[in-house]
Amino acid sequence: MKLGFNIFLGGFLTLLVVFGGLFAHWLAPFDPVLDANLMNAEMPPDTEFWFGTDAQGRDVYSRILYGAQISLTVGIVSQLINTVIGVVLGMTAGYWGGWWDDFVNGLTNVMLAIPSLIFALAVMAVLGPGLVSLLIALGLTNWSWTCRIARSSTLSLKSQGYVQAAQTLGYSDLRIMFTQILPNMMGPILVMATLGMGGAVLSEAALSFLGLGIQPPFPSWGSMLTDAREMIRVAPWAAIFPGVAIFLSVLGFNLLGDGLRDSLDPHMRTRKL
Amino acid sequence: MLRFTIRRIFQIIPTVIVVALLIFVIFSVVPGSFAASLFSDGKTNADPKLIAQLNEQFGLNKPLHERFFTYMWDLARFDLGTSFRTRLPVIDMINDRIWASLKLAIAAMVFAIVIGVPLGFMAAMRPGSVLDTVTMIGAVSGLSLPQFWLGLLMMMLFALQLNWLPSFGYGDGAFRNLVLPAMALGVTPLALLARTTRAGVLDVMNADFIRTAHAKGMSEPQVVRWHVARNALVLIVTTVGLQFGSLIGQAVVIEKLFAWPGIGSLLVDSVAIRDIPVVQGTILVIVLWFLVINTAVDLIYAAIDPRIKQG
Repeated sequence: MKLGFNIFLGGFLTLLVVFGGLFAHWLAPFDPVLDANLMNAEMPPDTEFWFGTDAQGRDVYSRILYGAQISLTVGIVSQLINTVIGVVLGMTAGYWGGWWDDFVNGLTNVMLAIPSLIFALAVMAVLGPGLVSLLIALGLTNWSWTCRIARSSTLSLKSQGYVQAAQTLGYSDLRIMFTQILPNMMGPILVMATLGMGGAVLSEAALSFLGLGIQPPFPSWGSMLTDAREMIRVAPWAAIFPGVAIFLSVLGFNLLGDGLRDSLDPHMRTRKL
Repeated sequence: MLRFTIRRIFQIIPTVIVVALLIFVIFSVVPGSFAASLFSDGKTNADPKLIAQLNEQFGLNKPLHERFFTYMWDLARFDLGTSFRTRLPVIDMINDRIWASLKLAIAAMVFAIVIGVPLGFMAAMRPGSVLDTVTMIGAVSGLSLPQFWLGLLMMMLFALQLNWLPSFGYGDGAFRNLVLPAMALGVTPLALLARTTRAGVLDVMNADFIRTAHAKGMSEPQVVRWHVARNALVLIVTTVGLQFGSLIGQAVVIEKLFAWPGIGSLLVDSVAIRDIPVVQGTILVIVLWFLVINTAVDLIYAAIDPRIKQG
C-alpha cells in the first residue's frame, strides 16, 4: 500500500457514486418507480436487467443509480449541517473560553454519550419518516467530534503570532475567527466531514432498512434491502447489489478520509504501511 | 484509587440528568399530541373525547414544567413511566429485554476480541507482509460494511442455503441462535480492534525501551510478553470498552433483522408506533449503559497505567 493509494481508490469510488447519482437519469435504462411490471418480477441478472429485478419487476440497477442520489444528498447535507454546528460551537468555545466554553464542552460530552444512531432514531420518532427528517436527524447527531477538533485547533491557533497581530490591529472576534483561524484548521475538519459522510450513508441505510427513513416506493439502498429480505430465497440478487453499493460508497468515503488525514499529517504517514 | 473511583462514578449523574432533560425537550417540541398520533390512521382524525381521556390519563394536559418535574422525580425513583400501548411499566419491559441485548453484545465483543486482537498483533509483528496487508484491507472493509447487510448475507448462506443455523429468533437462548447475530454485530469492533492493536503494537515496537530491552539481551518472546503486550494493552482495553459501550446502539438494526428480543428492537418498535415513554426509557438505559462502561474502562485504564490517575 503506497502513499496516496487510499486517496486514489477512495476518490475513484466516491467519483463513481457521484457520477452514478448525478447522471442516473441518463444511465438508468428504466424508471426506478414507475417501471414496475409483475411479468418481470424476480428476474435474475441478464443482459436486459443487469442486476436482476425485484418483487415488483423493477430494475435493480436503475434503482441503485437513483438510490445514489438519496445517499449522496443525505451524506453531503447532513455533514454540512454537522460541520457548521461543530465548527461554530468549537471555534467560539475555544476562542472565547469562560462559561461558553464550559457550556459547549458539557453539551459535547452529553452528545458523545448518546450513540448517534440512537439519537437519530429519537429525532425520527418526533419528526416522522422522510428525507427531510433524515437530514435533520443525521445533521444534528454527529457534530461532537468536529466540535472537539475545532475547539482544540482554535486553542492552539489562538496563540499564533498572526492571530495576535490581527487582535492588535483591532479586528473583531468574528473576523479573526473566520479569516485567521478557520482557514488554518480546514484540513482536519475536512477529514472529519469526509469520514462522517461514510457514517451518514450507513446510518441512512440502517434507518431506511428499519422503515424509518426513505419511504417506499422511492429507491433508497436501505429500503431496497428491506424489500429484498422478504424474497431472499428466490431473488438473492435484490439483496446483494444494494448492499455492494452501500459498501463501496462507504469504503470510498472512508478511504478518502483516511488518505486525506495521512497526507495532512506527516507523523501518520511515516507510521503507515 | 478509591477517590478516583468515587469521583468517576459521581460524574455519571450530571450527564444522565442532562441527557434526560434533552430527551424530554426533544419529545416535548413535537407538533400535535401523541395521543392523537396514536389513534389517528392518517386519514381520519381520532375521537377528541378519546384523546382528551388519554391526555388526562398520561398527564399530558399538564404544563410543560410540571410534566418535567414529575418526569425527573419519577426517574429518581427508577420509574420510567408507563407504555402508551401495553400499559405496562417501561422499566419492566426493559428488564425483560435487556439481558438478551447484553448477551448479544458480549458474544459479539468476544468474537471481535478473539479474532481481532491476535490478527492485529500478528500483522504488527510483520509489517508489510501479506498477512499485514490482508488484515489492513480487511479492517478498512469491515469498517465500511453495513452490519445488517452482512447479517442478511450470512442468513442467506448459513441458514437458508446450508441449513446450519437458525435464520432468526431467540430460540430460548440457545447458542445456535446467537452465532449469526453476534458475528454480524461483531464485525465492526473486530475491524477496529485489529487496526488499533496493530497501530498500538507498532507504536510500542518503535519505543526506546524496546531497544533497551533487546540491548540488555532479552529474547524476542520475552520482549513481546513483558513490554509490547503490556503497553499495547492500554490501547486495546480502551478500544474494547468504547466499542462495547456503543455496541448496544449498533445492535438496534441487527436485533431487528434477526428478530432478537433485546432493547434495540424494543426501541425500534416503539419509535414506529410512537410509544414515547418506552422510547425515552430505552434511550436513557442505553446512555446509562454507555456511561457505566466508559467509567469502567477509565477505572481499568487507571489500574493498568498508574500515570492516568495523576493526569
